[in-house]
Amino acid sequence: MCVTATKGDPVSLPQDSDPKLGAYAHPERLVTTSWLAEHLGEPGLVVVESDEDVLLYETGHIPGAVKVDWHTELNDPVTRDYVDGGRFAELMRDKGIARDTTVVIYGDKNNWWAAYALWVFTLFGHEDVRLLDGGRTAWVSEGRPMTTDKPDPEPTDYPAVERDDSRIRAFKDDVLAHLGGPLVDVRTPGEFSGELLHMPDYPQEGAMRGGHIPGAASVPWARAAAEDGRFRTRVELDALYGGEVGLSPDEDVIVYCRIGERSSHTWFVLTHLLGYGSVRNYDGSWTEWGNSVRAPIEKGAGRSA
Amino acid sequence: MSLPAPFAEIVEEFAAVTPRQRLELLLDYSSDLPALPERYVGSRDALEQVHECQSPLFLAVEVDGDGAAGGGPAVHLFFDAPAEAPTTRGFAGILHAGLDGLPPAEVLALPDEAPLALGLGEAVSPLRLRGMQAMLARIKRQVRERCS
Repeated sequence: MCVTATKGDPVSLPQDSDPKLGAYAHPERLVTTSWLAEHLGEPGLVVVESDEDVLLYETGHIPGAVKVDWHTELNDPVTRDYVDGGRFAELMRDKGIARDTTVVIYGDKNNWWAAYALWVFTLFGHEDVRLLDGGRTAWVSEGRPMTTDKPDPEPTDYPAVERDDSRIRAFKDDVLAHLGGPLVDVRTPGEFSGELLHMPDYPQEGAMRGGHIPGAASVPWARAAAEDGRFRTRVELDALYGGEVGLSPDEDVIVYCRIGERSSHTWFVLTHLLGYGSVRNYDGSWTEWGNSVRAPIEKGAGRSA
Repeated sequence: MSLPAPFAEIVEEFAAVTPRQRLELLLDYSSDLPALPERYVGSRDALEQVHECQSPLFLAVEVDGDGAAGGGPAVHLFFDAPAEAPTTRGFAGILHAGLDGLPPAEVLALPDEAPLALGLGEAVSPLRLRGMQAMLARIKRQVRERCS
């Protein structure tokens, strides 16, 4: 990358050397709460909070953290797509993020929306983007500092980079061509079987039919998280996705859920924690597939992991 | 849209500020939501869950026989939502501030799309606002049941 460092800014912050993280395929994609506490405020680092609840950040956040909201900032509701390179660059400038900034993202609900934001950052090729293991819950439960003070980041000069949808994103036609190959449905068992059209306790809306894409394995996304919200260990995750489900790191895998947010979490696990080489997230997910004329579906418990 | 006076005041309050400030205002309503009265604590069966909200929200509606000064019946609203769901709490806070104490007829006359008048679509997203419309629909249904 051809970026001139200014004011002695490091190009990238050091990797977290925590032994648990060291077992993952790409430990540079995660940081622990203690690593973050130690590096908070250093130049070259921007912490981003991304939550399901759009107001949670306002109630208190990690000092210096900026907020990125999927609904209002990463999503283009008119085209049902992500923002384009120009809008993403504008957003990054407003948040004080440069192209070579180390971005650490954390959020509520086991980092579910944080992983989604990380996936979108990856569509734009932002190189150094990491998740805080355990997310907001881990930070808060350790009694670490929170503040309601809003940072006022200095605008950066982020380039307009064209989004690359070819590597980590799958569209409906890609899924049709992939039928028979490994597919992971990360929704709840009730959504997978077709009994529910949305998560329990969430609106029963979005799709005309209930069920799953033929041949998909059911692995609810939250199985990758331990009780404390942190990711399960490498051994546990290998046993789940490799052992129980029978996936292999050299296969092309497509993951999906209802709109692609929960499956971003599983995409992160397979890609960065287990080192799978080709995982795509089908963000059209069930709201598109379940409503599509002639798209084949299966009902029932199917090939459950 | 004809709105009862307290709800219309809230709409004006939101209209007077920028979309970003609307979020702050919503947070104020979230903080101001009254706690669930003792008699409802621990009795989820007496409350109705609003499944359309992103986070668990429970509500109860009471219509007391002879209300305040005027002496007619008045609607009272009670909500239970966790602190980690400030948006959902904010929606509940607005409905409480805008409707609690009104005569049933005024609550029932509130248009179903009244939450859209708050101009929160841009700040919160239309998808999230559906939770508030669902709360209102359930409140109105319960008022109707209590008054039939």
